[in-house]
Amino acid sequence: MKIYLNEKHIKAEKGAKVAELVKEHKPGAEVCVLNGFPCLMEHTVEEGDRLVLIKKGEVPSKNELEHLLSARHTPGIAEKLKKACVGVAGCGGLGSTAAIALARAGVGRLVIADYDVVEPSNLNRQQYFVYQIGLPKVEALKEVIKKANPFVKVESHHLRIVPENVESLFGRCDVIIEAFDMADQKQMLVETALTTLTKTPIVIGSGMAGYGANDLLRTRRTGNLYICGDERSEAGPGFGLMAPRVGMAACMQANQALEILLGPDPRIDPSLDSSPTRRGK
Amino acid sequence: MIKVNGEEHPWRQGLNIAQLLKEKNYVYHAIIVRINEKFVPPEEYDVSVIKDGDNVEAIHLITGG
Repeated sequence: MKIYLNEKHIKAEKGAKVAELVKEHKPGAEVCVLNGFPCLMEHTVEEGDRLVLIKKGEVPSKNELEHLLSARHTPGIAEKLKKACVGVAGCGGLGSTAAIALARAGVGRLVIADYDVVEPSNLNRQQYFVYQIGLPKVEALKEVIKKANPFVKVESHHLRIVPENVESLFGRCDVIIEAFDMADQKQMLVETALTTLTKTPIVIGSGMAGYGANDLLRTRRTGNLYICGDERSEAGPGFGLMAPRVGMAACMQANQALEILLGPDPRIDPSLDSSPTRRGK
Repeated sequence: MIKVNGEEHPWRQGLNIAQLLKEKNYVYHAIIVRINEKFVPPEEYDVSVIKDGDNVEAIHLITGG
C-alpha cells in the first residue's frame, strides 16, 4: 500500500506499524503525527495515510520543513491555503496578530500595508520586539512572519492606505482584513472596498478596548462583511487597549478569513452535541 | 415595519437614512450603512429613501486595534 511519509509517497507493508516505519525511514524520531494528530508507535497505518516523523532537535532541510510545518493541520488544508492571498490593512495590534496567525496557518501570500514605524507604546499589544523600535511596521512584521514560516510570500507596502490605492493594493486578495486603530480609517477602507472591490469579503475589527468580557466578543456577518469584536468598547482617553482582548479580536478575524477561504469546517458542527468538547461542562 | 440592526423599527412613507439614524440615536462618527446589503454612501443619507420591509444595517466602526 501507499502512504505519505513526510509528504513523500512511499510503499509500506499492509498492517505496518509506526514503529517499523520510524526504524526504516527516520531512526530516532520521537514525534509521530498521523493525519494531523500525534499517534503512538504501536499505531497501524492504512492506505493513503499521512504520517509525519520528526526527530527533536534536528533542523530539517528547507524542502522538508514546509511539509513538517503543517503536520498538525487537517490533511488537505495546507494545499488549499498555500494558494490563498489575504490582505491585511494596518499592522498594529489587530494586523500584526492576524497576519502572524495566518502565516502560521500557511496562507500562501499576505499583502500587508501600513505607513507607521514601531514605537514603544505599540509593544503592549502588537507582535513586535524592543529591538525593532524604529523599523517600519511592515518590515518588522515581515521579519517576524519569515522567522515563523519562511514559505509565506509577504508583499509589504510601507505607505498610507488611501481610497486611491485600496484597489491596487488589495484587488488580488481573496479576503481583506481591516486592521486599523482609528475609526475614520476603518470607515475609509470599508467604504472604498464596498465601492471598488464589491466581491471581496472584508473582515472588520470593531470594539475590543479594555480587558475581560470574553463572551461579548463575537463575529457577525452581513453579506460579504464580517464584523469581529463587541461593537461597543471604544478605545479613548481612560480606556486603553491590551494584548489579550485585541489579540482575541485579531485571531477571530484570522479565523474568519480561514473559514471564508476553506468553507465551514465540517468537523465543527453545532448539531453534534455528542462531540467530546461540547459534552464537557 | 423595517429591520434596523436586526431589530424591528416602525416604517413611514418617505423615511430616509438621515432621519432613521437620528431616531435610533446613532450619533457615532464612523458608521457604514447598508440597505438590503447594498452600501449607501454618507452623501446619500438625506436622499436615500427606505422602503417598507427593508433591512437596514448601521455598522459602527469602533476605534481601537
